Amino acid sequence: MNRGISYTRAFTTLFMRDIKIAIRHRGDIFNPLLFFIMVVTLFPLGVGPEPQVLSRVAPGIIWVAALLASMLSLERLFKADYNDGTLEQMLLSPQPLPLLVLAKVLAHWVLTGVPLILVAPLLAVLLNLESNSYGALMATLALGTPVLSLLGAIGVALTVGLRKGGVLLSLLILPLYIPVLIFATSAIDASGMNLPYTPHLAIIGAILAGSLILAPIAIGASLRVSTN
Amino acid sequence: MWKWLNSYADPERSYNLAGKLLPWLACLAIALIGVGTTWGLLFAPTDYQQGESYRIIFIHVPAASMSMMAYVSMAIASFIGLVWQIKAADWAAASIAPIGAVITFIALVTGSTWGKPMWGTWWVWDARLTSELVLLFLYLGVIALYASFEDKVLAARAAGILAIVGVINVPIIKYSVDWWSSLHQPATIKITEKSSMPMEMLMPLLINIFGFGVMIATITLVRYRTEVLARNGMRPWVRALATKEVAK
Repeated sequence: MNRGISYTRAFTTLFMRDIKIAIRHRGDIFNPLLFFIMVVTLFPLGVGPEPQVLSRVAPGIIWVAALLASMLSLERLFKADYNDGTLEQMLLSPQPLPLLVLAKVLAHWVLTGVPLILVAPLLAVLLNLESNSYGALMATLALGTPVLSLLGAIGVALTVGLRKGGVLLSLLILPLYIPVLIFATSAIDASGMNLPYTPHLAIIGAILAGSLILAPIAIGASLRVSTN
Repeated sequence: MWKWLNSYADPERSYNLAGKLLPWLACLAIALIGVGTTWGLLFAPTDYQQGESYRIIFIHVPAASMSMMAYVSMAIASFIGLVWQIKAADWAAASIAPIGAVITFIALVTGSTWGKPMWGTWWVWDARLTSELVLLFLYLGVIALYASFEDKVLAARAAGILAIVGVINVPIIKYSVDWWSSLHQPATIKITEKSSMPMEMLMPLLINIFGFGVMIATITLVRYRTEVLARNGMRPWVRALATKEVAK
């Protein structure tokens, strides 16, 4: 079958398109980021401002806030494309669907995951994180947030056709996020105690490698179900 | 062989087959659980370390192991439904999900009642308990997704994909006690090696595990029959069945 353009071309075209659309609607980038920052600032008010308590719970707070922010921003991943029919054109195109969804997910990660990683050390300062944990925090976020985007996209693809998808989405994807959360926070805890945290990082990396290969296929299949 | 198996993908035949199997499986389940539970609760020897409260094992372990088995069966049924487009498999998957969720809940509740006298706490956040809780969430997610689509053919496909993705959790539960140092005791029943449990305790436990499996199969068949009727309401054979019921 004649594919028209090469895989690389199709991938970059879709990737650049999503980036451009997001730059023209800047709220899509900043709102999840603001949400992330606000959730993190709520915790010191909730659990009390003692530095010892905060530095103990800091990894968990940052990671849980990152999970929620990623979930919140994911909801719109396929929504606009679904509403205006672009998604159907994507499904009909001769390009392999997993490749196209991978481009969309990657664009989503660049737009929401990367700013989150960049702002995380600042929040870690506010939460009085152990000074030797910063490397682990950045490393786990760098490896973990793409996993969040990939796994979350499966849930989004399943619920994109539904009118009330929001609450359902959290029910579907939060259980899948739990392994990443566990390994990421235990890596940061280990680094805080000057223990080696590379084993935890290796596991998150393995999860990333696995989901990078398998998730696009599942997302593609889910989109075909949702658009029928 | 495939031809013979495929004929049961027909809703009417599978409905009748399920009806025929139902009384046998029901009797077997009642007998097995009756024998296993009575033996376990009244006649099995007292544990020298845990005293009488260890007897929760005869409900807890069957529920826990069958909660995983039910999930795997559901995922296999969903896979068959997705790949070979056999609707009967989709209906089977949809009928297993709520039963699996209840069994998982039973495993969690009995586990925490057992944990209170043994560990001194209702709940600890260790690997096995957490992953079993995640299993419950996965079941609830599958049920919620199935319920939220109007078109049940689509619903079954969407829920099927989620069920297959979630299957990754099952080996995590199974091996969590070996991979992480956990408060939960390691597996005592082994298939290939000698079990670290005396025969008088092991026998009723195995009977109960098998009994729980048959019980899940029985309830699945009941739900499967209703699911078949609900999805085929416009078919002549279902109408004939309904008029026959009304005439009675």
